[in-house]
Amino acid sequence: MTERVIYLDNAATTKMSKSAINAMLPYMDSIYGNPSSLHSVGQKANEALVNARERIAKLLGCEAREITFTSGGSEADNQAIVSAARFGKSKGKKHIISTAFEHHAVLHTLSKLEKEGFEITLLDVHENGLVTPEEVREAIRENTCLVTIMYANNEIGTIQPIKEIGDICREKGVIFHTDAVQVAGHLHIDVKEQNIDMLSLSAHKFHGPKGIGALYARKGIRLTSLIEGGAQERGKRAGTENIPAIMGMAAALEESCSRIDENAEILTALRDKLIAGLSEIPHSILNGDAKKRLPGNVNFCFEGIEGESLLLLLDDKGICVSSGSACTSGSLDPSHVLLAIGRVHDIAHGSLRLSLSDENTEEEIEYTISAVKEVVEYLRSISPIWRDLVNGKKEFIIK
Amino acid sequence: MALYSEKLMDHFRNPRNIGVIEDADGIGEVGNAKCGDIMKIYLKIENDIITDVKFETFGCGSAIASSSMATELIKGKPVGEALSLTNKAVVEALDGLPAHKLHCSVLAEEAIKAALKDYYDKNGIEYDHSLFPNCESCGRCCEIS
Repeated sequence: MTERVIYLDNAATTKMSKSAINAMLPYMDSIYGNPSSLHSVGQKANEALVNARERIAKLLGCEAREITFTSGGSEADNQAIVSAARFGKSKGKKHIISTAFEHHAVLHTLSKLEKEGFEITLLDVHENGLVTPEEVREAIRENTCLVTIMYANNEIGTIQPIKEIGDICREKGVIFHTDAVQVAGHLHIDVKEQNIDMLSLSAHKFHGPKGIGALYARKGIRLTSLIEGGAQERGKRAGTENIPAIMGMAAALEESCSRIDENAEILTALRDKLIAGLSEIPHSILNGDAKKRLPGNVNFCFEGIEGESLLLLLDDKGICVSSGSACTSGSLDPSHVLLAIGRVHDIAHGSLRLSLSDENTEEEIEYTISAVKEVVEYLRSISPIWRDLVNGKKEFIIK
Repeated sequence: MALYSEKLMDHFRNPRNIGVIEDADGIGEVGNAKCGDIMKIYLKIENDIITDVKFETFGCGSAIASSSMATELIKGKPVGEALSLTNKAVVEALDGLPAHKLHCSVLAEEAIKAALKDYYDKNGIEYDHSLFPNCESCGRCCEIS
């Protein structure tokens, strides 16, 4: 066991930045008012709320009134989809287009709508984890009310051609929502330029606090509230606003956005070094396109081993990662994302996701490469499948 | 509370009886790669006593630890006693398993039974067939196509 911690699970959550923490503190202490209160203590909090909304809107290229604060990415995804579906239904349009590898916040909302009579088309994401704009165009019908496609995948990091999809949807008059939870603060977003109608984001993925997110919805799109109560958020999301978290989110997004290019350069170099190192492991394969992926995302399958044991042994070496094996997903099946890109169950169980931040160093990457090599080799040495593969009793799936 | 007990983590980090027995008297393999776990047990049996046991496992932390513990529980024991090993005994010896990992202990029990059945079959020893249910996997995977 080691005291050292190499955190490579930034797609799960990030460490809060100092500036985000500092931005929150006054709102838990001196400026504690309820922004709905009319007295001066409340109005100070309200000023902060107005200010944070404006700053976040500016970073996304939209207007402040187009931002609704939510409890996070899942709520934003739910609200976006439910709103578009309700609007579509009122016009007799009950067809929604999405992909098979969306986050469960999207997929589970869609299956619920399917039970209510909506028709759902899930586009193929191909082996490289990418949707083509042409396929989106072909899938759009007269009765399509929504296209919801994630900006970048949370497991394999592939980045979709969002502007091209946005252009097609705008041309066809179909609402386009994107789950940008893995992207906000990491890639440039300009919702107007990219023709995005709705976008979800979550603060804890860009060094902000947990439990806070936002939904951008273009002016004219009527949101359905999921939480009933007071008139907060223009009546679209009841409940006293979480001012400290909102202030932390605004500060974190500003800081992340100010360093997007610089960070992308650092992370891409680390990422490619990690990919090159792990590719040296025989019978391993990178999941998702090698270049059209988030600067900090690496995802591999290693044949003959299971991901949870790999994760636990890496944890013993101080390396924090995640896996898409069934044992770590809490279900019988391995990651739906890996299955969607055509990985079979047998090897999807042996997956590993390493997601970087700008705090990681080259030395950490080198240490990680040698640790993964060592652990994979050990687990293969005790695996009956590996023995069969090596002895030629079974054929390798990953050549 | 951590996901796994300290005892389980010890058996996962330092598995007992790992490896193969080249001239095994009984070999049992259960589970499948599709479900994410396979256990293979090798037995050496002399005068009705399990004199040696080894295992190989493809699976999660609790699958490896369950196999390790199961081998410890039957090593040096008479065949009849090994045959009555239950998954519950494996769970208790590991100081518990999370509910969604209980199948790992079932797999360990089935792997041992499969190896004993192989020993009986190879040596033409009569046995009660009802002791060996026909499902060769952990039972949770059968529906996955």
